[in-house]
Formats: sequence, structure tokens, C-alpha cells
Amino acid sequence: MSTSPNGDRVLRIALPIIVLALALPIWEMAVRLGNIPPYVLPPPLLILQTLIADWTVLWQSLLVTMLTTFQGFLLAAVGGVGLAVLFNQFRFLEYSLYPYAVILQVTPIVAIAPLLLIYLPQPLAVLFCAWIVAFFPVLANTTLGLNSIDRNLGDLFALYGASRGQVLWHLKLPSALPYILGGLRIAGGLSLIGAVVAEIAAGSAGAGSGLAYRIAESGYRLNIPRMCAALLLLSVAGIVIFYLLSLVNYLALRRWHESALEQER
Amino acid sequence: MPVQAAPSSSIVALHGVGKTFPNGTTALAGLDLDVRQGEFVSLLGPSGCGKSTALRIIAGLSEPSSGTVEWRQQDAHPGSESRIGFVFQEPTLMPWTSVFNNVLLPLKLKGIAGDKAGASVTAALDRVGLQGFAQAYPRELSGGMRMRVSIARALVTEPDLLLMDEPFAALDEITRFKLNNDLLDVWHALRTTVVFVTHSVFESVYLSSRVVVMAARPGRVFTELLIDAPYPRGQDFRTSAEYAAFCRRTSEALAQAMQAGGGQ
Repeated sequence: MSTSPNGDRVLRIALPIIVLALALPIWEMAVRLGNIPPYVLPPPLLILQTLIADWTVLWQSLLVTMLTTFQGFLLAAVGGVGLAVLFNQFRFLEYSLYPYAVILQVTPIVAIAPLLLIYLPQPLAVLFCAWIVAFFPVLANTTLGLNSIDRNLGDLFALYGASRGQVLWHLKLPSALPYILGGLRIAGGLSLIGAVVAEIAAGSAGAGSGLAYRIAESGYRLNIPRMCAALLLLSVAGIVIFYLLSLVNYLALRRWHESALEQER
Repeated sequence: MPVQAAPSSSIVALHGVGKTFPNGTTALAGLDLDVRQGEFVSLLGPSGCGKSTALRIIAGLSEPSSGTVEWRQQDAHPGSESRIGFVFQEPTLMPWTSVFNNVLLPLKLKGIAGDKAGASVTAALDRVGLQGFAQAYPRELSGGMRMRVSIARALVTEPDLLLMDEPFAALDEITRFKLNNDLLDVWHALRTTVVFVTHSVFESVYLSSRVVVMAARPGRVFTELLIDAPYPRGQDFRTSAEYAAFCRRTSEALAQAMQAGGGQ
């Protein structure tokens, strides 16, 4: 390696910023010199102005979307881990229900959302969508984790006459923790996607106030700068979710799991 | 598995024990083994002779397909209050928690907690020379130290019988010699009984009061040698002509066992 670990870290932060610093002026200049109208491609400065001008509306919408995302994520986490534990403890439950969990996962959420909007009140339908999309990776990962115990450790627990509950609590769940956290990291991003998809589906039906609804609404009105501002907020929300979950992952695993250990050279 | 009273000198005895796995492999056939109170007995043999299987049957982790396992004391039977310590080939520690909690595990699973359990853990760690490492995580220790933690965990319940399945096979020779000496010290201090599985002639002779040589296909006892050199054994014994002679005889027995088992 030609760079020290420290220099490497600086590069990893500095290079993306340089790329952004180069790209934004080019974008701004291209729009101005090419006389491109803002409803075709708004320049970055205009998007920033719109973001500030429409902040109250956008912020309210962001809160609505984030609340749905958070609730969906929480339900997915509890439901996914809980169901995986039940599946692990009771084989017949796994055999009976797992295929349906797969069906729920492989059917595109965009296709399910309109149906849900017919049966459920709009906020509940949106929450349900966020949950459906986020739930499966938690279930699948936790199931994998619970089945990945060290066999010798399993024998050791058997040797000391451990009960099923002790095996679950002291062996299976800790062994599964890295897998669970990996599933949650995927679920965080997916619950945002689920919430947005459902809001867009609901938005076309004329209801809703989330960020995705703002995007759909701005689209109809050809208010492209506001559309971009809302999109920017969504991206930032996704990034924040991802890094928060990565932080939780790091804090929980840093002392023992390969994935979170500092490189020693 | 019938449990009867065995003669007072033996702590556990296997009579005609056979083990056939569901895939048809016969790991053991007609194995007779008598483990006597206080002895250090090694099971020596080539890979596939069923020595690990025999150890797992003694531990109650595997049921024999035929034959019986007889325990001297009712309470030594693995099904009741377990008086067995088991050390695996790998340290087999829980990576997610500290050395202290790893050694505490057997007590915790038996519902023993509090100061008394804490004192037992500290004593077990002292015994294997790991004072001051209670709060370390397994990742932070060397291979030899992890194996020490594993031994401390097996000792924490003060077992009557310590079963060890090639515990030092993955360690370098210097570490292995050091652990051999420390294991003998522990055995002497606790007056426990050890059944030690190994494929090293030199290790088995150095440690044991008796070496049981096994043959493969099917796994059975081929012969046994009494290593009647006095304890404590140390560097003097390791470099003595007596030790070399024991090793030569054991090697010859092993070579014959491998021929009898159709081994390479």
C-alpha cells in the first residue's frame, strides 16, 4: 500500500467531495449556457432556493414519511426477529408459513400497494407497505443466523444440560446477532422505499402528505425544482438511516465480530 | 443406555461399545475401555479410528449403537448432575462475550450464580495462568491462551472426569509443551481423571499413565501400554532415555495397529 491508513481515510472523504464540487458548477453552467428551462432541468442553485423557500411544507412531509418509515422498520424488526425465533423453535410453523413469507416478498410492492389502499385506511396501508418490504430480509437473515451456531458450542450446551430457552438466549441469539444487524441494515433502506412507493400509489388517488406525495404532486404541476428538492431530502433521509444502522452495527459488534474489527497490519 | 455400578477402581467403563452412523459408517465396534479413578489415559490412534467418537459417547453427546457404558457413581452419569468437563479440538469459546463469562457458562447453565460462581471462575482462571484476562474477549487472545480459557471452563465445575479431544493439535510446539506441563500440574493438583485423545505418540507418552492404542476400520482397542514413569514429569523426563524408549514402543504399537486397521 502506498498510502497510510490515515491518508486512505482522508482520500475516502475528500474524493467524493471533490467530485461533487466539480459536478455542481458544470451542471449550473450547462443549464445557464444552454438556456435549458427549469421544468426540464433545474440548476442546483434553484433547487437549493426551492428547498429553503418551501422548507415548511417539505419538512412537514419529510416528518410524515420518516415516521412511517420508522414505524415500518420497527414492526419489521420485531416481526422478522420474532417470527424467525418462532420458526426456529417450532418447525411445523416454519413449514406452514415460510412459503407465504416468500410470496409476500417476491410480489412487487408497487403491485400490492393499490390493493392495500382499497382495503385499509391510507396511513395504515402506507405503513403496511413499508413493513412488507422491510420484513423479509430480517426474517431471512435471522433464520440463517439462528441456524449458524458453532456445533461444538451446541454440544457444550447439551453437555451441561441447557434448556431450550437457555440455548436460544445464550447461544442462538448472540450467534445470530451479526446476521440480524445485517438484515436490519437492509430493512432500513427498504422500509423507506416501501413507504415512498405506497405514498406515490396513494398520491395518485388524491390523498397523502408525505414526501413522495409532494414529488408526485410537483410532477403534475411541472414544479421540477420542488420535485428535485424533495428527492434530495429523500436521499439524505436514506443516507442517515443507513449510517445510523451501520453505527449500531459497529457498536454492537466491534469487540468480537470479524466484520467490525479494525484492520491490524 | 443401562447404568449399573462398576468396580470401585473404575470411574467409567465401556463394554463392547459399537457405533454405526446413519450413513452406514462403522466408527466403533466392540470397544472395551475401563477408565480408572485418578488416571491420565490417552487414546492414541490414526484418523478414523473412532477415538473422538468414543470420547463423545463417554460424554453422553452420542449414544452407542450397541454395548453399554457403566458409571461407578450414579452422579457421574452425564444425564444427571454433570461431573464431566469437555475440551474440544478448537477452543470453542463464545466470541461475543468476555473470558469471564465464557468460563462462567457451565455454572450459569446449571443455575449457579452470584459471588460463589464468580469465585469459582476466578479460581479456574488462576489455575490455568490467566489472572488479569477475565475481561478480555477471545479475539484478543493468542491460540494458546484461548485453549487455556477452554480448559478453565471445563474445570470450573470441578469435574471428576476431564475429557479432552486433541486439544493441543492446532498449537505450535512451544505452546503445546508449555500447556502439556500446565495440564499435568492441574491434573495433579485437582486429582481428577483425564481421558485425552491425541494422534501424537510423544504427547501421549509424556502425559499419560496409560496409553490405549486404537486401530481403525472398525475402531477398536488394539493394545495398551502402561507408562509407569513417576510424576511429576518435566523437561528431564522429556529428554530422558526412558521417555525415548516408551515412545519407541508406543510407535511400534501404533504402526502395528495401523497395519491391522488397513491404514496407510
